[in-house]
Amino acid sequence: MPWTLAEKILARAAGQARVTPGEIVTCRVDLALLLDSGGPRRIWPRLRELGVGVWDPDRVVLCSDHFTPAVDAESAAILKITREFASEFGIRRFFDMRGIGHVLLAEEGLLEPGMFAVGGDSHSSMGGAFGCFMAGFGAIEMTGVVATGEIWIQVPDTVRVNWSGRFGRGVVAKDIVLFLCRELGMENSGRVLEYGGDTVRHMSIWERMVLTNMAAELGAETGIVAADEVTLDALRAAGRQPAPDALDWRSDDDAACAAVHEFTATDLLPQVAAPHSPANSGPVGAVGDVPVDQAYLGACVGAKLSDLRMAAEVLKDRKVARGTRLLVAPASTRAMTEAAADGTLATLTAAGAYLLPTGCGACAALGAGVLGEDEVCISSTNRNFRGRMGANSAQVYLASPYTVAASAVAGRIADPREFLR
Amino acid sequence: MKLLEGRAWVFGDDVNTDVMAPGLWFKSPMAEMARHCMEAVDPAFAAGVRPGDIVVAGRNFGVGSAREQAALALAHLGVAAVLAVSFGRIFYRNALNFGLPALVFPASSSVTAGDLLRVDPVAGRIENTRSGNLHVVNGIPSHLMAMVEAGGLMPWLKRRLGKESV
Repeated sequence: MPWTLAEKILARAAGQARVTPGEIVTCRVDLALLLDSGGPRRIWPRLRELGVGVWDPDRVVLCSDHFTPAVDAESAAILKITREFASEFGIRRFFDMRGIGHVLLAEEGLLEPGMFAVGGDSHSSMGGAFGCFMAGFGAIEMTGVVATGEIWIQVPDTVRVNWSGRFGRGVVAKDIVLFLCRELGMENSGRVLEYGGDTVRHMSIWERMVLTNMAAELGAETGIVAADEVTLDALRAAGRQPAPDALDWRSDDDAACAAVHEFTATDLLPQVAAPHSPANSGPVGAVGDVPVDQAYLGACVGAKLSDLRMAAEVLKDRKVARGTRLLVAPASTRAMTEAAADGTLATLTAAGAYLLPTGCGACAALGAGVLGEDEVCISSTNRNFRGRMGANSAQVYLASPYTVAASAVAGRIADPREFLR
Repeated sequence: MKLLEGRAWVFGDDVNTDVMAPGLWFKSPMAEMARHCMEAVDPAFAAGVRPGDIVVAGRNFGVGSAREQAALALAHLGVAAVLAVSFGRIFYRNALNFGLPALVFPASSSVTAGDLLRVDPVAGRIENTRSGNLHVVNGIPSHLMAMVEAGGLMPWLKRRLGKESV
Protein backbone atom coordinates (compact mmCIF):
# COMPACT_ATOMS: atom_id res chain seq x y z
CA MET A 1 0.00 0.00 0.00
CA PRO A 2 1.37 3.44 -0.90
CA TRP A 3 2.37 5.69 2.01
CA THR A 4 3.87 9.07 2.76
CA LEU A 5 7.41 10.24 3.47
CA ALA A 6 6.65 11.10 7.09
CA GLU A 7 5.07 7.67 7.65
CA LYS A 8 8.09 5.90 6.13
CA ILE A 9 10.51 7.78 8.38
CA LEU A 10 8.44 7.22 11.53
CA ALA A 11 8.06 3.51 10.77
CA ARG A 12 11.80 3.15 10.32
CA ALA A 13 12.50 5.10 13.55
CA ALA A 14 9.92 3.04 15.45
CA GLY A 15 11.29 -0.24 14.10
CA GLN A 16 7.94 -1.16 12.59
CA ALA A 17 7.06 -2.42 9.14
CA ARG A 18 4.28 0.11 8.85
CA VAL A 19 2.60 2.97 10.70
CA THR A 20 -0.78 4.63 10.18
CA PRO A 21 -1.91 8.17 11.03
CA GLY A 22 -3.19 8.47 14.58
CA GLU A 23 -1.09 5.60 15.86
CA ILE A 24 1.20 6.27 18.85
CA VAL A 25 4.74 5.07 18.23
CA THR A 26 7.96 5.25 20.19
CA CYS A 27 10.81 6.39 17.95
CA ARG A 28 14.56 6.05 18.30
CA VAL A 29 16.16 9.46 17.83
CA ASP A 30 18.87 9.81 15.16
CA LEU A 31 19.82 13.35 16.12
CA ALA A 32 18.88 15.67 19.00
CA LEU A 33 19.48 19.42 18.82
CA LEU A 34 19.93 21.15 22.16
CA LEU A 35 20.19 24.92 22.48
CA ASP A 36 21.40 27.07 25.37
CA SER A 37 17.85 28.27 26.11
CA GLY A 38 16.10 24.98 26.86
CA GLY A 39 19.24 22.84 26.85
CA PRO A 40 21.84 22.12 29.53
CA ARG A 41 20.60 24.73 31.99
CA ARG A 42 17.26 22.96 32.24
CA ILE A 43 18.24 19.41 31.32
CA TRP A 44 21.42 18.87 33.32
CA PRO A 45 19.82 19.24 36.80
CA ARG A 46 17.19 16.71 35.70
CA LEU A 47 19.78 14.23 34.43
CA ARG A 48 21.46 14.50 37.83
CA GLU A 49 18.14 13.87 39.54
CA LEU A 50 17.65 10.80 37.34
CA GLY A 51 21.23 9.67 37.92
CA VAL A 52 21.94 9.22 34.20
CA GLY A 53 24.10 10.85 31.53
CA VAL A 54 23.64 11.49 27.81
CA TRP A 55 22.44 8.36 25.98
CA ASP A 56 24.66 8.98 22.96
CA PRO A 57 26.84 12.14 22.84
CA ASP A 58 27.50 11.60 19.13
CA ARG A 59 23.79 11.99 18.35
CA VAL A 60 23.57 15.28 20.23
CA VAL A 61 24.26 18.66 18.61
CA LEU A 62 24.57 21.54 21.04
CA CYS A 63 24.46 25.22 20.05
CA SER A 64 24.58 28.42 22.06
CA ASP A 65 22.42 30.91 20.22
CA HIS A 66 19.63 32.35 22.36
CA PHE A 67 21.73 34.14 24.98
CA THR A 68 24.78 34.99 22.87
CA PRO A 69 26.78 37.03 23.57
CA ALA A 70 26.40 37.30 27.34
CA VAL A 71 25.11 40.70 28.37
CA ASP A 72 24.75 40.15 32.11
CA ALA A 73 25.60 37.68 34.86
CA GLU A 74 22.52 35.55 34.13
CA SER A 75 23.22 35.06 30.44
CA ALA A 76 26.91 34.48 31.15
CA ALA A 77 25.95 31.73 33.59
CA ILE A 78 23.64 30.09 31.03
CA LEU A 79 26.42 30.05 28.41
CA LYS A 80 28.92 28.73 30.95
CA ILE A 81 26.66 25.81 31.91
CA THR A 82 26.24 25.04 28.19
CA ARG A 83 30.04 24.85 27.70
CA GLU A 84 30.49 22.74 30.82
CA PHE A 85 27.80 20.32 29.67
CA ALA A 86 29.53 19.85 26.30
CA SER A 87 32.81 19.18 28.05
CA GLU A 88 31.36 16.90 30.77
CA PHE A 89 29.51 14.64 28.32
CA GLY A 90 31.99 14.79 25.45
CA ILE A 91 29.66 16.40 22.93
CA ARG A 92 31.90 16.92 19.93
CA ARG A 93 29.36 18.80 17.87
CA PHE A 94 29.14 21.82 20.15
CA PHE A 95 28.84 25.18 18.43
CA ASP A 96 29.49 28.02 20.82
CA MET A 97 28.49 31.43 19.46
CA ARG A 98 28.67 30.21 15.88
CA GLY A 99 25.10 30.95 14.92
CA ILE A 100 21.55 29.75 15.29
CA GLY A 101 21.27 25.99 15.75
CA HIS A 102 18.69 25.36 13.03
CA VAL A 103 20.92 27.06 10.47
CA LEU A 104 24.10 25.38 11.72
CA LEU A 105 22.56 21.94 11.18
CA ALA A 106 22.29 22.83 7.50
CA GLU A 107 25.67 24.53 7.20
CA GLU A 108 27.45 21.63 8.88
CA GLY A 109 25.67 18.94 6.85
CA LEU A 110 24.26 17.25 9.95
CA LEU A 111 20.85 16.33 8.54
CA GLU A 112 20.04 13.86 5.81
CA PRO A 113 16.97 12.47 4.11
CA GLY A 114 15.11 9.83 6.10
CA MET A 115 16.49 10.91 9.46
CA PHE A 116 14.29 11.18 12.58
CA ALA A 117 15.47 14.25 14.50
CA VAL A 118 14.19 16.30 17.44
CA GLY A 119 15.10 19.70 18.80
CA GLY A 120 14.45 21.63 21.99
CA ASP A 121 12.92 24.58 20.16
CA SER A 122 9.72 24.97 18.16
CA HIS A 123 11.52 26.01 14.98
CA SER A 124 13.30 22.65 14.85
CA SER A 125 10.82 21.91 12.08
CA MET A 126 13.24 23.85 9.86
CA GLY A 127 15.35 20.68 9.47
CA GLY A 128 12.53 19.08 7.47
CA ALA A 129 13.82 20.94 4.40
CA PHE A 130 16.39 18.14 4.14
CA GLY A 131 13.76 15.44 3.74
CA CYS A 132 14.01 14.35 7.35
CA PHE A 133 11.32 14.30 10.02
CA MET A 134 12.41 16.89 12.56
CA ALA A 135 10.13 18.37 15.20
CA GLY A 136 10.40 20.62 18.25
CA PHE A 137 9.76 19.72 21.89
CA GLY A 138 10.03 21.31 25.33
CA ALA A 139 13.11 20.91 27.52
CA ILE A 140 11.29 18.47 29.82
CA GLU A 141 10.73 16.11 26.93
CA MET A 142 14.25 16.67 25.57
CA THR A 143 15.41 15.50 28.99
CA GLY A 144 13.69 12.21 28.26
CA VAL A 145 15.35 12.05 24.84
CA VAL A 146 18.80 12.77 26.23
CA ALA A 147 18.29 10.16 28.96
CA THR A 148 16.76 7.38 26.82
CA GLY A 149 17.20 8.22 23.12
CA GLU A 150 13.45 7.75 22.61
CA ILE A 151 10.31 9.84 22.26
CA TRP A 152 6.65 9.12 21.51
CA ILE A 153 4.97 10.52 18.41
CA GLN A 154 1.39 10.33 17.26
CA VAL A 155 1.78 9.60 13.57
CA PRO A 156 0.45 12.73 11.86
CA ASP A 157 -1.77 12.98 8.83
CA THR A 158 0.13 14.18 5.80
CA VAL A 159 -1.16 17.35 4.15
CA ARG A 160 0.42 18.17 0.81
CA VAL A 161 0.96 21.83 0.04
CA ASN A 162 1.87 22.20 -3.62
CA TRP A 163 2.98 25.40 -5.29
CA SER A 164 3.35 25.81 -9.02
CA GLY A 165 4.62 28.59 -11.25
CA ARG A 166 7.37 31.16 -11.01
CA PHE A 167 7.45 33.93 -8.46
CA GLY A 168 6.99 37.48 -9.59
CA ARG A 169 9.74 39.99 -8.82
CA GLY A 170 10.34 40.51 -5.07
CA VAL A 171 8.33 37.46 -3.99
CA VAL A 172 10.01 34.64 -2.05
CA ALA A 173 9.36 31.67 0.25
CA LYS A 174 8.58 33.97 3.19
CA ASP A 175 5.64 35.39 1.26
CA ILE A 176 4.34 31.87 0.65
CA VAL A 177 4.47 30.96 4.30
CA LEU A 178 2.89 34.20 5.54
CA PHE A 179 0.12 33.63 2.99
CA LEU A 180 -0.29 30.06 4.29
CA CYS A 181 -0.58 31.23 7.91
CA ARG A 182 -3.71 33.09 6.84
CA GLU A 183 -4.97 30.54 4.32
CA LEU A 184 -4.45 27.34 6.37
CA GLY A 185 -4.61 28.96 9.81
CA MET A 186 -2.28 28.31 12.73
CA GLU A 187 -4.01 25.22 14.04
CA ASN A 188 -2.66 22.27 12.08
CA SER A 189 -1.76 19.97 14.93
CA GLY A 190 -1.67 16.30 14.06
CA ARG A 191 -0.55 17.15 10.53
CA VAL A 192 2.75 17.17 8.75
CA LEU A 193 2.91 19.68 5.90
CA GLU A 194 4.72 18.22 2.93
CA TYR A 195 5.70 21.00 0.54
CA GLY A 196 6.03 20.25 -3.15
CA GLY A 197 5.37 21.44 -6.67
CA ASP A 198 7.70 23.05 -9.19
CA THR A 199 7.94 26.34 -7.26
CA VAL A 200 9.42 24.46 -4.29
CA ARG A 201 11.61 22.27 -6.52
CA HIS A 202 13.18 25.45 -7.94
CA MET A 203 13.91 26.85 -4.48
CA SER A 204 17.33 26.73 -2.85
CA ILE A 205 17.64 24.67 0.32
CA TRP A 206 17.73 27.96 2.29
CA GLU A 207 14.38 29.05 0.91
CA ARG A 208 12.87 25.61 1.55
CA MET A 209 14.04 26.02 5.15
CA VAL A 210 11.81 29.11 5.42
CA LEU A 211 8.79 26.95 4.56
CA THR A 212 9.61 24.22 7.07
CA ASN A 213 10.71 26.69 9.77
CA MET A 214 7.29 28.30 9.86
CA ALA A 215 5.45 24.98 10.01
CA ALA A 216 5.78 25.96 13.68
CA GLU A 217 3.58 29.03 13.16
CA LEU A 218 1.15 26.89 11.17
CA GLY A 219 0.89 24.74 14.29
CA ALA A 220 1.83 21.58 12.39
CA GLU A 221 3.66 18.57 13.81
CA THR A 222 6.36 19.62 11.38
CA GLY A 223 7.05 20.50 7.75
CA ILE A 224 8.96 18.43 5.23
CA VAL A 225 10.30 18.64 1.67
CA ALA A 226 11.31 15.42 -0.08
CA ALA A 227 14.96 15.33 -1.08
CA ASP A 228 16.07 15.99 -4.64
CA GLU A 229 19.26 17.11 -6.38
CA VAL A 230 19.07 20.49 -4.60
CA THR A 231 19.16 18.66 -1.26
CA LEU A 232 22.04 16.42 -2.30
CA ASP A 233 24.03 19.40 -3.60
CA ALA A 234 23.49 21.19 -0.28
CA LEU A 235 24.78 18.13 1.58
CA ARG A 236 27.85 17.88 -0.64
CA ALA A 237 28.51 21.61 -0.25
CA ALA A 238 28.48 21.03 3.52
CA GLY A 239 30.97 18.20 3.17
CA ARG A 240 28.59 15.27 3.60
CA GLN A 241 28.32 12.50 1.05
CA PRO A 242 24.62 11.65 0.64
CA ALA A 243 23.59 8.07 1.38
CA PRO A 244 22.92 5.94 -1.74
CA ASP A 245 19.22 5.67 -0.84
CA ALA A 246 18.78 9.40 -0.12
CA LEU A 247 16.35 9.99 -2.97
CA ASP A 248 14.25 6.95 -2.06
CA TRP A 249 12.91 8.89 0.93
CA ARG A 250 9.78 10.29 -0.71
CA SER A 251 6.03 9.88 -0.58
CA ASP A 252 4.56 7.39 -2.99
CA ASP A 253 2.69 9.26 -5.70
CA ASP A 254 -0.64 7.72 -4.80
CA ALA A 255 -0.16 7.81 -1.00
CA ALA A 256 -3.26 8.75 0.95
CA CYS A 257 -3.18 12.31 2.31
CA ALA A 258 -5.58 14.12 4.61
CA ALA A 259 -5.66 17.02 2.14
CA VAL A 260 -3.90 18.33 -0.94
CA HIS A 261 -3.67 22.10 -1.40
CA GLU A 262 -2.70 23.51 -4.77
CA PHE A 263 -1.53 27.13 -4.99
CA THR A 264 -0.08 29.26 -7.76
CA ALA A 265 3.02 31.34 -7.06
CA THR A 266 2.70 33.40 -10.22
CA ASP A 267 0.19 35.89 -8.87
CA LEU A 268 1.32 35.87 -5.22
CA LEU A 269 2.09 39.39 -3.98
CA PRO A 270 4.65 40.31 -1.29
CA GLN A 271 2.96 39.58 2.04
CA VAL A 272 3.00 41.38 5.39
CA ALA A 273 1.58 39.98 8.64
CA ALA A 274 0.22 42.78 10.82
CA PRO A 275 0.28 42.68 14.65
CA HIS A 276 -0.11 40.44 16.57
CA SER A 277 -0.27 37.20 14.60
CA PRO A 278 1.48 35.64 11.61
CA ALA A 279 -2.01 34.70 10.39
CA ASN A 280 -2.93 38.38 10.18
CA SER A 281 -1.31 38.57 6.77
CA GLY A 282 -2.16 40.08 3.43
CA PRO A 283 -0.59 41.80 0.43
CA VAL A 284 1.86 44.55 1.39
CA GLY A 285 -0.33 47.16 -0.31
CA ALA A 286 -3.20 46.43 2.07
CA VAL A 287 -1.48 47.48 5.31
CA GLY A 288 -1.85 51.19 4.62
CA ASP A 289 0.63 53.90 5.58
CA VAL A 290 2.68 52.50 8.46
CA PRO A 291 5.77 54.51 9.52
CA VAL A 292 8.50 52.23 10.86
CA ASP A 293 10.81 52.86 13.84
CA GLN A 294 12.84 49.69 13.39
CA ALA A 295 13.49 47.31 10.54
CA TYR A 296 14.99 44.03 11.73
CA LEU A 297 16.76 41.36 9.72
CA GLY A 298 17.34 38.48 12.06
CA ALA A 299 16.56 34.97 13.29
CA CYS A 300 16.87 31.45 11.89
CA VAL A 301 14.19 32.14 9.32
CA GLY A 302 15.26 35.60 8.19
CA ALA A 303 19.02 36.31 8.39
CA LYS A 304 20.70 33.52 6.45
CA LEU A 305 23.14 34.49 3.71
CA SER A 306 20.32 34.28 1.15
CA ASP A 307 18.26 36.73 3.24
CA LEU A 308 21.14 39.18 3.67
CA ARG A 309 21.64 39.12 -0.11
CA MET A 310 17.98 39.93 -0.73
CA ALA A 311 18.26 42.93 1.56
CA ALA A 312 21.45 44.05 -0.16
CA GLU A 313 19.74 43.89 -3.54
CA VAL A 314 17.27 46.50 -2.30
CA LEU A 315 19.76 48.57 -0.30
CA LYS A 316 22.45 48.89 -2.96
CA ASP A 317 23.14 52.61 -3.54
CA ARG A 318 20.31 53.54 -1.20
CA LYS A 319 20.11 54.80 2.38
CA VAL A 320 17.96 53.83 5.33
CA ALA A 321 15.40 56.59 5.91
CA ARG A 322 16.01 59.19 8.57
CA GLY A 323 14.05 58.32 11.68
CA THR A 324 14.17 54.58 10.91
CA ARG A 325 16.87 52.18 12.09
CA LEU A 326 17.84 48.97 10.32
CA LEU A 327 19.33 46.28 12.56
CA VAL A 328 20.97 43.19 11.09
CA ALA A 329 21.78 40.10 13.17
CA PRO A 330 23.21 37.47 10.77
CA ALA A 331 22.00 33.94 11.48
CA SER A 332 25.50 32.46 11.66
CA THR A 333 29.14 33.48 11.66
CA ARG A 334 29.52 31.65 8.36
CA ALA A 335 26.71 33.70 6.82
CA MET A 336 28.46 36.80 8.15
CA THR A 337 31.84 35.70 6.77
CA GLU A 338 30.43 34.94 3.34
CA ALA A 339 28.41 38.16 3.32
CA ALA A 340 31.62 40.03 4.13
CA ALA A 341 33.51 38.25 1.36
CA ASP A 342 30.98 38.94 -1.40
CA GLY A 343 30.31 42.58 -0.51
CA THR A 344 26.83 42.03 0.90
CA LEU A 345 27.73 43.32 4.35
CA ALA A 346 29.40 46.42 2.94
CA THR A 347 26.25 47.19 0.97
CA LEU A 348 24.13 46.85 4.11
CA THR A 349 26.37 48.97 6.34
CA ALA A 350 26.92 51.61 3.62
CA ALA A 351 23.14 51.97 3.51
CA GLY A 352 23.19 52.65 7.24
CA ALA A 353 22.45 49.20 8.64
CA TYR A 354 23.57 48.60 12.24
CA LEU A 355 25.26 45.23 12.60
CA LEU A 356 24.41 43.06 15.63
CA PRO A 357 25.93 39.82 16.93
CA THR A 358 24.92 36.49 15.47
CA GLY A 359 22.17 34.78 17.45
CA CYS A 360 18.44 34.71 18.15
CA GLY A 361 18.65 38.25 19.53
CA ALA A 362 15.63 40.51 19.43
CA CYS A 363 13.35 37.96 17.70
CA ALA A 364 12.38 36.65 21.13
CA ALA A 365 13.37 39.75 23.14
CA LEU A 366 16.48 37.93 24.39
CA GLY A 367 19.22 40.01 22.76
CA ALA A 368 20.01 43.43 21.34
CA GLY A 369 17.35 45.27 19.37
CA VAL A 370 14.39 44.94 21.76
CA LEU A 371 11.43 47.27 21.12
CA GLY A 372 10.13 50.04 23.39
CA GLU A 373 6.56 51.08 24.16
CA ASP A 374 4.43 51.69 21.05
CA GLU A 375 7.36 51.26 18.67
CA VAL A 376 6.67 49.85 15.21
CA CYS A 377 8.96 47.22 13.73
CA ILE A 378 9.00 45.37 10.43
CA SER A 379 10.89 42.15 10.84
CA SER A 380 12.12 39.20 8.80
CA THR A 381 11.51 36.93 11.84
CA ASN A 382 8.71 34.41 12.27
CA ARG A 383 6.53 35.59 15.19
CA ASN A 384 4.83 38.86 16.00
CA PHE A 385 2.91 37.91 19.11
CA ARG A 386 2.22 40.72 21.56
CA GLY A 387 5.35 41.37 23.63
CA ARG A 388 7.43 38.88 21.64
CA MET A 389 10.12 41.42 20.70
CA GLY A 390 9.88 43.64 23.78
CA ALA A 391 7.22 46.00 25.10
CA ASN A 392 3.64 44.71 25.09
CA SER A 393 2.50 47.80 23.19
CA ALA A 394 5.11 47.40 20.42
CA GLN A 395 3.71 46.61 16.95
CA VAL A 396 5.57 44.00 14.92
CA TYR A 397 4.91 43.37 11.23
CA LEU A 398 6.42 40.28 9.60
CA ALA A 399 7.69 40.25 6.02
CA SER A 400 10.38 38.96 3.69
CA PRO A 401 13.93 40.40 3.76
CA TYR A 402 13.07 42.23 0.53
CA THR A 403 10.09 43.96 2.12
CA VAL A 404 11.97 44.70 5.36
CA ALA A 405 14.80 46.35 3.42
CA ALA A 406 12.42 48.31 1.19
CA SER A 407 10.56 49.54 4.29
CA ALA A 408 13.86 50.62 5.88
CA VAL A 409 14.60 52.78 2.85
CA ALA A 410 11.10 54.22 2.65
CA GLY A 411 10.77 54.72 6.42
CA ARG A 412 7.35 53.12 6.19
CA ILE A 413 6.09 49.72 5.11
CA ALA A 414 6.85 49.53 1.40
CA ASP A 415 6.38 47.22 -1.56
CA PRO A 416 9.81 45.84 -2.49
CA ARG A 417 8.93 45.54 -6.16
CA GLU A 418 9.39 49.29 -6.51
CA PHE A 419 13.00 48.84 -5.41
CA LEU A 420 13.97 45.88 -7.58
CA ARG A 421 14.91 46.00 -11.22
CA MET B 1 -5.62 11.34 40.16
CA LYS B 2 -7.77 13.44 42.45
CA LEU B 3 -10.79 15.50 41.47
CA LEU B 4 -10.11 19.17 40.96
CA GLU B 5 -12.28 22.08 42.02
CA GLY B 6 -11.50 25.70 41.28
CA ARG B 7 -12.55 29.04 39.91
CA ALA B 8 -12.41 29.59 36.17
CA TRP B 9 -10.16 32.15 34.48
CA VAL B 10 -11.43 32.60 30.95
CA PHE B 11 -9.27 33.42 27.92
CA GLY B 12 -9.94 33.71 24.20
CA ASP B 13 -8.32 32.06 21.19
CA ASP B 14 -4.61 31.79 20.33
CA VAL B 15 -3.12 32.64 23.73
CA ASN B 16 0.54 32.03 22.93
CA THR B 17 3.50 30.91 25.00
CA ASP B 18 5.25 34.30 24.72
CA VAL B 19 2.32 35.71 26.67
CA MET B 20 2.60 33.02 29.37
CA ALA B 21 6.39 33.25 29.69
CA PRO B 22 7.56 36.58 28.21
CA GLY B 23 11.07 36.64 26.75
CA LEU B 24 11.91 39.80 28.67
CA TRP B 25 11.76 37.75 31.92
CA PHE B 26 13.30 34.59 30.52
CA LYS B 27 16.47 34.71 32.57
CA SER B 28 14.63 35.55 35.79
CA PRO B 29 13.74 33.01 38.46
CA MET B 30 10.32 31.39 37.94
CA ALA B 31 8.76 33.35 40.82
CA GLU B 32 9.52 36.58 39.00
CA MET B 33 8.62 35.36 35.51
CA ALA B 34 5.31 34.01 36.78
CA ARG B 35 4.36 37.51 37.97
CA HIS B 36 4.27 38.49 34.28
CA CYS B 37 2.38 35.40 33.11
CA MET B 38 -0.55 36.47 30.85
CA GLU B 39 0.27 40.14 31.54
CA ALA B 40 -0.20 41.09 27.88
CA VAL B 41 -3.75 39.69 27.74
CA ASP B 42 -4.94 39.92 31.37
CA PRO B 43 -2.80 42.05 33.70
CA ALA B 44 -4.92 40.95 36.71
CA PHE B 45 -4.31 37.23 36.21
CA ALA B 46 -0.94 36.61 37.88
CA ALA B 47 -1.83 38.57 41.02
CA GLY B 48 -5.40 37.27 41.23
CA VAL B 49 -5.09 33.57 40.43
CA ARG B 50 -5.27 31.24 43.43
CA PRO B 51 -3.98 27.69 43.87
CA GLY B 52 -6.55 25.29 42.45
CA ASP B 53 -7.96 27.75 39.90
CA ILE B 54 -8.63 26.48 36.40
CA VAL B 55 -7.74 28.14 33.09
CA VAL B 56 -10.44 27.90 30.41
CA ALA B 57 -9.53 29.01 26.89
CA GLY B 58 -10.52 28.97 23.26
CA ARG B 59 -8.68 27.54 20.29
CA ASN B 60 -4.96 26.84 20.00
CA PHE B 61 -4.04 27.56 23.61
CA GLY B 62 -0.25 27.61 23.94
CA VAL B 63 0.50 28.18 20.28
CA GLY B 64 4.10 29.12 19.59
CA SER B 65 7.38 28.46 21.26
CA ALA B 66 8.65 25.24 22.86
CA ARG B 67 9.42 27.10 26.10
CA GLU B 68 8.33 24.84 28.92
CA GLN B 69 8.24 27.87 31.21
CA ALA B 70 4.80 28.59 29.74
CA ALA B 71 3.29 25.49 31.37
CA LEU B 72 5.57 25.85 34.39
CA ALA B 73 4.47 29.45 35.04
CA LEU B 74 0.82 28.33 35.16
CA ALA B 75 1.72 25.45 37.46
CA HIS B 76 3.82 27.77 39.62
CA LEU B 77 0.83 30.07 40.07
CA GLY B 78 -1.19 27.08 41.25
CA VAL B 79 -3.32 26.51 38.16
CA ALA B 80 -4.76 23.01 38.59
CA ALA B 81 -5.88 22.31 35.02
CA VAL B 82 -6.17 23.89 31.59
CA LEU B 83 -9.32 23.33 29.53
CA ALA B 84 -9.25 24.58 25.93
CA VAL B 85 -11.02 24.01 22.63
CA SER B 86 -7.62 22.99 21.25
CA PHE B 87 -3.94 23.23 22.18
CA GLY B 88 -0.63 24.11 20.58
CA ARG B 89 1.17 20.78 20.24
CA ILE B 90 4.31 21.47 22.29
CA PHE B 91 2.42 23.27 25.06
CA TYR B 92 0.06 20.30 25.36
CA ARG B 93 2.92 17.85 25.70
CA ASN B 94 4.79 20.11 28.13
CA ALA B 95 1.73 20.53 30.38
CA LEU B 96 1.12 16.80 30.70
CA ASN B 97 4.84 16.16 31.16
CA PHE B 98 4.70 18.42 34.22
CA GLY B 99 1.57 16.66 35.49
CA LEU B 100 -0.64 19.67 34.65
CA PRO B 101 -3.87 18.20 33.24
CA ALA B 102 -4.79 19.67 29.83
CA LEU B 103 -8.19 18.65 28.50
CA VAL B 104 -9.74 19.39 25.13
CA PHE B 105 -13.02 21.13 26.03
CA PRO B 106 -15.12 22.08 22.98
CA ALA B 107 -17.72 23.92 25.10
CA SER B 108 -15.24 26.24 26.80
CA SER B 109 -17.25 29.30 25.70
CA SER B 110 -20.08 28.19 28.03
CA VAL B 111 -17.90 29.04 31.03
CA THR B 112 -17.93 32.51 32.57
CA ALA B 113 -14.98 33.95 34.51
CA GLY B 114 -15.32 33.06 38.17
CA ASP B 115 -17.54 29.98 37.64
CA LEU B 116 -16.71 27.20 40.07
CA LEU B 117 -15.71 24.09 38.10
CA ARG B 118 -15.28 20.49 39.21
CA VAL B 119 -13.00 18.50 36.93
CA ASP B 120 -12.16 14.81 36.78
CA PRO B 121 -9.19 14.76 34.38
CA VAL B 122 -9.10 10.98 34.11
CA ALA B 123 -12.76 10.44 33.31
CA GLY B 124 -13.00 13.73 31.39
CA ARG B 125 -15.91 15.10 33.44
CA ILE B 126 -16.27 18.87 33.73
CA GLU B 127 -19.06 20.17 35.97
CA ASN B 128 -19.97 23.84 36.14
CA THR B 129 -21.52 24.33 39.59
CA ARG B 130 -22.94 27.75 38.64
CA SER B 131 -24.81 26.68 35.51
CA GLY B 132 -25.26 23.08 36.56
CA ASN B 133 -23.90 21.94 33.18
CA LEU B 134 -22.07 18.64 33.08
CA HIS B 135 -19.70 18.08 30.15
CA VAL B 136 -18.09 14.79 29.25
CA VAL B 137 -14.91 15.20 27.21
CA ASN B 138 -11.96 12.98 26.36
CA GLY B 139 -9.83 12.36 29.42
CA ILE B 140 -6.06 12.21 29.40
CA PRO B 141 -4.98 9.96 26.49
CA SER B 142 -4.46 6.37 27.55
CA HIS B 143 -0.86 6.18 26.38
CA LEU B 144 0.02 9.09 28.68
CA MET B 145 -2.04 8.03 31.68
CA ALA B 146 0.74 6.11 33.40
CA MET B 147 3.09 9.05 33.00
CA VAL B 148 0.57 11.63 34.24
CA GLU B 149 -0.51 9.41 37.14
CA ALA B 150 3.12 9.05 38.14
CA GLY B 151 3.17 12.84 38.50
CA GLY B 152 4.75 13.69 35.16
CA LEU B 153 7.69 12.73 33.00
CA MET B 154 10.39 13.03 35.67
CA PRO B 155 8.81 10.66 38.23
CA TRP B 156 7.89 8.32 35.38
CA LEU B 157 11.44 8.33 33.99
CA LYS B 158 12.82 7.75 37.47
CA ARG B 159 10.65 4.69 37.85
CA ARG B 160 11.50 3.40 34.39
CA LEU B 161 15.24 4.00 34.53
CA GLY B 162 15.35 2.68 38.11
CA LYS B 163 13.70 -0.55 37.01
CA GLU B 164 16.02 -1.00 34.09
CA SER B 165 19.13 -0.61 36.20
CA VAL B 166 17.98 -3.19 38.78
